[in-house]
Amino acid sequence: MTKFTKLSLAALAFVGMSATAGTLQDVQKAGVVKCGVDGGLPGFSEIVSGGEYKGIDVDGCRAMAAAVLGDAKKVKFVNLNSKERFAALQSGEIDILVRNTTWTETRDTSLGFNFVAVNYYDGQGFMVRKDLGVKSTLELDGAAVCIQTGTTTELNVADYFKSKGMKYKSVSYDSNDQVLASYEAGRCDVLTSDASQLYGLRTKLKDKANHIVLPEIISKEPLGPVVRQGDDQWFNIARWTFNSMVAAEEAGITSKNIDSLKSSKNPGIRRILGLEGKMGANLGLNADFAYQVIKQVGNYGEVFERNVGVNTPLKISRGLNALWTEGGLQYSPPFR
Amino acid sequence: MAVYEQKQALEAPSSTKGAIHWIKENLFSSPLNTIMTLMGFGFLYIIIPPLLQWAYFDANFVGTTREQCTGDGACWVFIKMKMDMFLYGFYPETELWRLKAIVIMFVALVIGLRFIKSGKVKFGIVFSYFIISLILTAGGIFGLESVPTDKWGGLMLTIVVASVGIVFSFPIGIIVAFGRQSNLPIIRSVCVTYVEMIRGVPLITILFMSSVILPLFFPEGISFDKLLRALIGITLFQAAYVAENIRGGLQAIPKGQYEAADAIGLSYWQKMLLVILPQALKVAIPNLAGAFISLFQDTTLVLIIGLFDLLAMVRITAADSHWLGMETEGYVFVTVIFWAFCYGMSRYSNKLEKQFDTNLK
Amino acid sequence: MMRALRNQKIRGMLFQVLTILGLVAFLWYIGSNTMANIEQRGIKSGFDFLSGTAGFEIDEAPIKFSSSDTHGRVFLVGLINTLIITFIGIIFSTILGLIIGVFRLSNNWLIKKLAAAYIDIFRNIPILLQILFWYNVVLRALPSPKQSINFLDSIFMNNRGLYLPIPDLNTTTISVCISVLVVVVGAFFLNKWANKRQEETGKDFPVLLTSLGALIIIPIITYFISGANFNFDYPALKGFNFRGGKVISPEFLALTFALVIYTATFIAEAVRSGIEAVSKGQKEAAASIGLSSYQSLKLVVLPQAIRIAIPPVINQYLNLAKNSSLAAAVGYPEIVTVFAGISLNQTGQAIEILAITMLVYLTISLIVSAILNWFNHKMKIKER
Repeated sequence: MTKFTKLSLAALAFVGMSATAGTLQDVQKAGVVKCGVDGGLPGFSEIVSGGEYKGIDVDGCRAMAAAVLGDAKKVKFVNLNSKERFAALQSGEIDILVRNTTWTETRDTSLGFNFVAVNYYDGQGFMVRKDLGVKSTLELDGAAVCIQTGTTTELNVADYFKSKGMKYKSVSYDSNDQVLASYEAGRCDVLTSDASQLYGLRTKLKDKANHIVLPEIISKEPLGPVVRQGDDQWFNIARWTFNSMVAAEEAGITSKNIDSLKSSKNPGIRRILGLEGKMGANLGLNADFAYQVIKQVGNYGEVFERNVGVNTPLKISRGLNALWTEGGLQYSPPFR
Repeated sequence: MAVYEQKQALEAPSSTKGAIHWIKENLFSSPLNTIMTLMGFGFLYIIIPPLLQWAYFDANFVGTTREQCTGDGACWVFIKMKMDMFLYGFYPETELWRLKAIVIMFVALVIGLRFIKSGKVKFGIVFSYFIISLILTAGGIFGLESVPTDKWGGLMLTIVVASVGIVFSFPIGIIVAFGRQSNLPIIRSVCVTYVEMIRGVPLITILFMSSVILPLFFPEGISFDKLLRALIGITLFQAAYVAENIRGGLQAIPKGQYEAADAIGLSYWQKMLLVILPQALKVAIPNLAGAFISLFQDTTLVLIIGLFDLLAMVRITAADSHWLGMETEGYVFVTVIFWAFCYGMSRYSNKLEKQFDTNLK
Repeated sequence: MMRALRNQKIRGMLFQVLTILGLVAFLWYIGSNTMANIEQRGIKSGFDFLSGTAGFEIDEAPIKFSSSDTHGRVFLVGLINTLIITFIGIIFSTILGLIIGVFRLSNNWLIKKLAAAYIDIFRNIPILLQILFWYNVVLRALPSPKQSINFLDSIFMNNRGLYLPIPDLNTTTISVCISVLVVVVGAFFLNKWANKRQEETGKDFPVLLTSLGALIIIPIITYFISGANFNFDYPALKGFNFRGGKVISPEFLALTFALVIYTATFIAEAVRSGIEAVSKGQKEAAASIGLSSYQSLKLVVLPQAIRIAIPPVINQYLNLAKNSSLAAAVGYPEIVTVFAGISLNQTGQAIEILAITMLVYLTISLIVSAILNWFNHKMKIKER
């Protein structure tokens, strides 16, 4: 009977088996990029009406699919909470994790991961109810703080309060929804998270106007895509897929003008578009991988403005995420 | 001469029938009982009217948006609008007919089985129903569009988890129970260890293990679906309880039955499957039913590892920005569904128990 | 060869050898894969993490805890909290279960039906759903700290928890606590003595009444002797929250309510079936030798009922301990929440942490089954 169990389970085609080659080959064979996202975080990865995914992280996944498979739609999104995300990547359930994950030394070294790039420079902030009359984080002594567990946030807040000689009560849950619901119900005075998330979460509150994000940012939170350690080819693909989006913005290539730029004489642009050089072949991809990314998903600026920019409900300005030429930190090593 | 005086007739004894007597006897037989009765009615008075007020009299049934919930009571419009989410999760709308077909087939099956006498045919039909249902649900073959398991959710996922758990844990449980009764010491100790270890830990740790550690047990390249991992965990968990209950049944079988089976030359498996097991199952039915009811309740734990069962749907539907704060209605609705299923199952098992009670004493 | 196969003993041996080989192969396969995966993916392993700094705060730590303590201490905090919730759950579910079980057998029709309804309703609702219901619906509906429900300005109830005054640890408090302990121990010995006397002389001694009386009177006397100086630390609203006193968090309350209400249904059923299992003849026999109804209950019915009721009740205690792990859903910091949750997330060492956690529960259940075996042995009907 146990044999039968195995057989019938296999027959149900639940078990995905594949050769142990590289992630690239696996993805090409499967015809789909399995991408881990949050799924409930406005601006980063959110399921909007009709089951469509939307957000910066989601576009990161789409860019990978465009680069590797030539079609940005060939993504299988896997919703993960903060607790599941690392196990899912370690086990191969997903090919890449793009879930507002902070790049830290420990995660980079002891979990068996490599961080690819920084797709959003963030920092931790605090949101409070307006009627508390709090103007600064320094007035938060004794407050109850809602936190998502398994995050760097949880560690930062402990460090911060300790360094300021203040006390707090931690109220922690493992999903953003529960954190938000508890904050809204008044279980805690403060909700702390990455500042970008706070703006996103605020759009989900019943009376949005009655909550403010305090000005202090207490930590560095470089968020970025993560891949498994030990597959350098896949790591390079992920890194240069992201770089191509930043490089495109630097060079002024957008999804709109990219076709007209095909006739450009500028060798820099021609290299990004795959008309010159062997960029694609070096990665094991088609020559036009970056073209597909920019054409189907857009350059970094477009992605930013579309998902979290000033014309979205989140209303976040570029800040640290502007190009280096405009006073920000986004910078692509040269395509050469 | 003695004078006889007619004495006053005794009063008739108070009636031993009728409503008044019943009330006296059952509600007000002593001062203590009277106080208890009054407290009981007081308790009902505190609980029932506000509940009815909220759930029915002041509740809102018509409409399609939150704004139409103007009464003070429950906003059942929310449940109405989110019904598909509660029942089917994110299952694609165009494929819902498949799930509905499964339900219709189930009704047909329940009615149809009454007319079939042969146990083998019955088993065959039920088994093929199970397989057909799984194919219909998952798709991917016979031209059915494949529905990935992350789209499964709501009551449908709850039923999938519970029924797969029940069906697959049963044979494993039987084998382990036999192993535990076996006179081969190694087999016995392996089975005892398995049962005691599983029964000693909470299901949630097993689910964590199957969701976080199981993938590390296999070489790179083999990956299991999230749902499948949960199903493996739940099946292995449930099998230990099934084994324990069947063992209880086996212990109740008199030794003579074993000896008689041996005497007519049956092999071990013939003896166990044809003679012992049917009797043991009969004895074990109440406990097995209890174990299956608790499995049905335990399916809610999959929400902790990120699957969207019926209970998880409460949080998801109430996080919709148009319906914020509708959790109470969601919880009440889900509670009623779970309760109805579990209560129904326990009633059914009582019925079975009576039906099978051949009273060998 | 074929003949050897037909020999039952040899076949049994062969079967066992095959099982062992299969099992060893299976474990080896899993073990080597796991090792290879850990190695290849560069995942850290070993138990060093236990001495690493946790870095996060735990709100309801029963022992002193700060973010600079180790993951080993996180484990300790979680373990103690698991034991606390289990202990409190056992006490309250026993009390509630006994009451409901007795109500279930009451000759008052209404009470009987109410008890039956209670059992039918609450045992058929998943425990996790009950926990979430208490937490997300009932307790969340409480007012904010500024509008707390207020009892006599000393007990406050709001959506941050239940705030109680606690007595300072001075001579009076300590002596009263000790006196209560002394009375409880004394009652135990009194009971032993009374039983012995009854066996020898047949004279009954009102143990229950005497002990209850002593439990009230002696602590009161102690209170006055030791200076009559109870000093309470009252909770008071300061800044965002109440300070002072003892706070019982909504997470703890939700978990306790749900565990107690759910477990009590099973205990009530065990109590009922225990009492019902005592045959009518026993009661009639007790009545015919002139025992009062209290004596009959105490000397004839209960000893027999307890023998039947205790084993399932102990099993329910074990289930309660295991169900306490569902605290993870509301974030009460017991072992699964803080150790198999937060520590696991921060260190990523799932195998080690889950192994330790499962070992804790296994140990608890082994202890419980040892108690159960001892009880069954002790309670075995001694036939003479």
